[in-house]
Amino acid sequence: MELKTHENPQAKKTAFQQGISAAVPIMAGYLPIAITFGVIAQQTGIPLIHSVLMSSLVFAGASQFMAVNMLGAGAGGLEIILATFVLNSRHFVMGLSLMNILRKAPTPWKIALSSGITDETFAVTSLQKEKANPLFAAGLILTSYAAWVSGTLIGGLLSNMIPPSISASMSISLYAMFIGLLVPAVRESWKWGLIALISMGLNTWFDMFLSSGWAIVLATIMGGGIGVPIVRRKKK
Amino acid sequence: MTGPLLWIILGMSLVTLVPRWLPVWIVDRFRPPEWVHDWLNNIPYAALGALIFPGILSVVKEEPSIGLIGGIAAAGMAFFRFHILFVIFGAILTVIVAKALL
Repeated sequence: MELKTHENPQAKKTAFQQGISAAVPIMAGYLPIAITFGVIAQQTGIPLIHSVLMSSLVFAGASQFMAVNMLGAGAGGLEIILATFVLNSRHFVMGLSLMNILRKAPTPWKIALSSGITDETFAVTSLQKEKANPLFAAGLILTSYAAWVSGTLIGGLLSNMIPPSISASMSISLYAMFIGLLVPAVRESWKWGLIALISMGLNTWFDMFLSSGWAIVLATIMGGGIGVPIVRRKKK
Repeated sequence: MTGPLLWIILGMSLVTLVPRWLPVWIVDRFRPPEWVHDWLNNIPYAALGALIFPGILSVVKEEPSIGLIGGIAAAGMAFFRFHILFVIFGAILTVIVAKALL
């Protein structure tokens, strides 16, 4: 369990704590959504232990909502698992990018931290280039994970009190977080804004004939690729 | 329902974790060239773009403009360097107000 990147134990503690603080916006985004998930799962007839288990073992919001939706519609297990794969395979691309940051970490750390890749944990970790190290990522992921699982539990327990209709206003919160991450990067360099716009356009197009999971995967891969000459030109 | 449901959850967990783990195995075996490095560096911004749009239009399915208004409010607050928590809660409030008005 030796991390060569930091020698000083005081610094280790700080990186972990920095990760926890960086996860506060993620918590603010996750709690309402996880509570909503707990409420909807309960109202679909999924036992509380199963919705909490799903949040603990899958930890991928969109696919969990989709699974509950499909279960409610009477879809088969294989269909649900396949749809989950399609939706969550985007984490593969994010994982490749994250490995750039975690290059020096020991393999068990890489595996443990990769297990906690979500759209949000990835976005926040990878945008903190100078601070991002394995301990930072660990603090951030553990905090986000705790918020997601406990939110599901709270939602399941409160399901009789919260109407599912509030979920609509809450569902803006994750988008607001993504925007709150993107805008400061664009202020720093227009290149990032251009890459994001290209990828938005591609995603809008792919969305017309692909499932939204595949559309996001392709738009991300291609948007990042089209961005390579853009970044290169600026460097020279 | 309980028995199959457990298997569905385990299956979902497996197909979610494998794509998350695969990069660890790949990166330890190949040293990517410079352009791959640049490409991976661009991924967060491309991902943010794709995650925001057009998904934000479906915040309220029947009224795509509500999500858009919430997004514009969030972008405005982020541009003026509001803390991200204010950006999130500001966007939620904007959507609640927009839903009441539209």
